[in-house]
Amino acid sequence: MSVLGWWGVPLAVLGGAIRVSTPFLFVSLGECITEKSGRINLGLEGILVMGAMTGYAVSYGTGNPWVGVLAAGGAGAVLGLLHGALCSLPRVNDIAIGIGLMLFGTGVAFFLGKPYVHPKAPTLPSIPLGFWSDAPPIQAALQVNPLFLIGVGLALALTWAFRHTRWGLVIRMVGDSSDAARAMGHGVRSVRTLATGLGGLLAGVGGSFLSLYYPGSWSEGLSSGQGLMAVALVIFARWSPIQCFGASLLFGGAGALGPALQSVGVTGGYYLFNAAPYVVTLALMIATCSPRRTLTGAPGELSINR
Amino acid sequence: MTRLEPLAIPAAALAAAMVVFGLFMAALGQNPLEVYALIYRGAFASAFSWQNTLARAAPLVLTALCVALPARVGLMVIGGEGALVLGGLSAAVVGHALAGTAPLTVQAAMALAAMVVGGAWIALAGALRQYRGVNETISSLLLTYIAIALFNHLVEGPLRDPASLNKPSTAPIGDASMLGRLPGLDVHWGLGLGIVFCALMYVLVQHTTYGFGMRIVGGNARAARLAGLPVGGLVLAACALGGAAAGLAGMVEVAAVHGSANASLIAGYGYGGILIAFIARQNPLAIVPVAVLVGGLAASGSMLQRRLDLPDATVLVLQGVAFMLILASEALYGRLKPFRPTRASP
Repeated sequence: MSVLGWWGVPLAVLGGAIRVSTPFLFVSLGECITEKSGRINLGLEGILVMGAMTGYAVSYGTGNPWVGVLAAGGAGAVLGLLHGALCSLPRVNDIAIGIGLMLFGTGVAFFLGKPYVHPKAPTLPSIPLGFWSDAPPIQAALQVNPLFLIGVGLALALTWAFRHTRWGLVIRMVGDSSDAARAMGHGVRSVRTLATGLGGLLAGVGGSFLSLYYPGSWSEGLSSGQGLMAVALVIFARWSPIQCFGASLLFGGAGALGPALQSVGVTGGYYLFNAAPYVVTLALMIATCSPRRTLTGAPGELSINR
Repeated sequence: MTRLEPLAIPAAALAAAMVVFGLFMAALGQNPLEVYALIYRGAFASAFSWQNTLARAAPLVLTALCVALPARVGLMVIGGEGALVLGGLSAAVVGHALAGTAPLTVQAAMALAAMVVGGAWIALAGALRQYRGVNETISSLLLTYIAIALFNHLVEGPLRDPASLNKPSTAPIGDASMLGRLPGLDVHWGLGLGIVFCALMYVLVQHTTYGFGMRIVGGNARAARLAGLPVGGLVLAACALGGAAAGLAGMVEVAAVHGSANASLIAGYGYGGILIAFIARQNPLAIVPVAVLVGGLAASGSMLQRRLDLPDATVLVLQGVAFMLILASEALYGRLKPFRPTRASP
């Protein structure tokens, strides 16, 4: 801090944004796929916690954190498919099932994760991108986790896939007009179920980041609502994977602003800074919504737009 | 027979959930029957467990109304938690400011403050939906996070009682202003308030012209507008009443349990209420027994922990399984033969 003075604040925010945003990035990319197909999964919070627990337990059991990440993705995919399958039943409300899944996922994770609260599992390594500098704050801020880079790559790949691949087109069609998709011979329910499963997989990986990198241990208070925020984040990002990346950085940076200002002596309003992303999202929705049309870019079949 | 359908289907789903959870317990080497016997003992077997159960049910009854009433005008509000914490905070502030006056006056003022603040908070989500087209599910969720941040800021900053060292709280409302117990029961008045609120809302929705109007708006807002109903007003009223119920839940928690506003208020009652409202199929009267059942489940957690050495999250697993299956059983309505209305043969 002494070397950089006030410059430490933006640097700490950048470092914090990179660290804090990774789970947001994965969860929002997952929710983006699900919502593009026309469903909302509010249960990502439960999937995130379940992924965090599974990743930690498997990493502890096998000694390899990357196996833990894979297992977390698998657990997330199972829960996502469960959500997708239940919502395929007639008259079953996707938002309500999502809240049920949130409770179920956190319950199972707390139940099975009880023995793993104390043991120390091997965590993910980080890549020191700040090697060129001698200043410790710069080095600390640029410790980047490989999952962050994978997430960035995934955001680019998804943007491309939605636009240029057959599967991307099918998902968008199912999400925009189920009638059109049915006329083209695509199974609306199976596409949505698969999209929810894929979303769950990504959310599970996002959860494993929490337990295996930052904060890097498993406890019941690990998640602070990142899974629920994903829904708001995707709307903020207008259902675009690449903007999900930007929104995640923004949400992460806003969360890191409070602690960074605290370190230079500005202590007031810590909690108000935490609320900044929500206020910004709400303000953005108020500014761009109108009773006569839905949000630009919103999938037409999404229940929140009807 | 058709009248039995809304009872039989959830009951069957609950039974199925108990079988699934029993298999889960058996797979872990526990005797499912013993687990269920302990849950019953922890929830409903003794006066002490009933008291514990009902104390947990009281706020859930009120937060469930925060979902059920907007649902009647076709809105899906999931922000009861935000109305609860802000309602509780304003009740604590008013309670402290009026400390020393007659207890009934203080309590009435606290309830009024909590209901006004909670009602305004949810009505904001309703107004955004009605006049700006902002989806109320998302906005109420965002408003909950904003409410919690505001709550934490005020409780740890300007409104903090300097005497609360380890756990930042507002200044206590004083023992004299605390809500008493229901006569003959060892349960605080919050439960009574919740049941009265539910009964009033049932009458409002089912037996008044306002309630009829609300149900028309929920069924088809366009038709309601063409029929000349004040759609905006009805939507705002339903949201404000729901928010007032959740705010009152916050007041009850402050005035009957905690004595001041602190982080214990953020206990997830708002989210529990969403599920209760869905299981009760948004019927204000059905909310009461469902909330008692859920409260009982929550109350039995410590019993399982003590006797069988199971994690306290065990009841969360059972709740999760039960909720998922009851929500999925929605698909069965109108499909089961015994419940089909019999048509007169030609």
